[in-house]
Amino acid sequence: MTDQTVEASPLTAEAIESALTAYLTEKTRTTTEIKPDEDVFASGLVTSMFAMQLVVHLESTYDIAIIGPELKLDNFRTARVMAALVLRLSADGTAADA
Amino acid sequence: MSTDPRDHRLAVVGGGVMGTNIAVLAIGHGVPVVLVDVSEEVLARAEETIAFKLRHAQLLGKLPAGRTAAKLVTSVSLVDAADATTVIEAVTEIPETKAKVLGEVSRLVRPGTLLISNTSCIPIDEMASATARPEELVGVHFMNPAYMISMVEVIRGPRTGDATMTAVTDLLETLGRNGLVVNDAPGFVINQVLHPLINSAARLVQDGVAPVEVVDGLLEGCLGHATGPLRTADLIGLDNLVDSLNVLYERTGDASCRPCDLLLDLVRAGKFGRKTGEGFYDYEKVAS
Repeated sequence: MTDQTVEASPLTAEAIESALTAYLTEKTRTTTEIKPDEDVFASGLVTSMFAMQLVVHLESTYDIAIIGPELKLDNFRTARVMAALVLRLSADGTAADA
Repeated sequence: MSTDPRDHRLAVVGGGVMGTNIAVLAIGHGVPVVLVDVSEEVLARAEETIAFKLRHAQLLGKLPAGRTAAKLVTSVSLVDAADATTVIEAVTEIPETKAKVLGEVSRLVRPGTLLISNTSCIPIDEMASATARPEELVGVHFMNPAYMISMVEVIRGPRTGDATMTAVTDLLETLGRNGLVVNDAPGFVINQVLHPLINSAARLVQDGVAPVEVVDGLLEGCLGHATGPLRTADLIGLDNLVDSLNVLYERTGDASCRPCDLLLDLVRAGKFGRKTGEGFYDYEKVAS
């Protein structure tokens, strides 16, 4: 039931931000939760190698394809920026079932 | 040769970590690549890896703007390297294997084809003896990932010709790399310094002097190393590192190059570093 409720919910920036901050906090194993506007690359919490994990995570979780000029590091620096990217690509119809 | 990517056709022999890295670098700079390996399975994996790494390179802004990515072709036959303007050998760091590949391919390509070994440690002149034209062989030690690190170590063997040095300079410019030229020696400059350092760092962990994170933390924090020696080892690949240390130890007699037990144990356990998901660090669990 819970999964159905989540699937039925519209994508909002807040919901994506929240999911991404939780994901980043878990992956970086930090003791304090990562903030939505925290630059995870500038803070040294992750390396550039992790950037591709973020790309794959967003593509598989939100069913989007991140290609062309959207595939740049600046789109993955913070949970807030990533949430905007997901919404932008979903709204563009890039998401297969959006 | 020229610095126009359309004038270059690259053959890369070996579909492992460095072969795929070099292929990404070339394709991303508009130079078409024929990737040759003895295994169809390795080539299938390599194609996926190359597609992934091309995206990584683009993500990090490491590819030149306005240059269309070139085509990748894979093959299990060395004959398909015959039409290349440059052949880069990136097979296992075992002298006999490298000499065999270089010898065979040098007899397939036209005279004047640039022949490059991406060896970590084996003296260029040792391998030159196996080739049809020793003056056409030069060493280029690409770093890992090759598409992210613009500096490369160029090794001029005692028999490497002037025309070969001009050709390799043009190729590296086409690929956006800067080369520093050194003379031939086991391990050249980088690995005669780096590999004993990594081996010593591993031995300190083995002897219980400090854990992995502390050894790396000290060299990063106190000496300003961007990446500690043990994380660097994981990036190189511990299997390759042990092969290279053996090459160095056999040729220099330097005891600091004899692979320590901890390194050998990790390799025996199949923990080769990043490429297997675990080495000194466990990459399945952390964002790195």
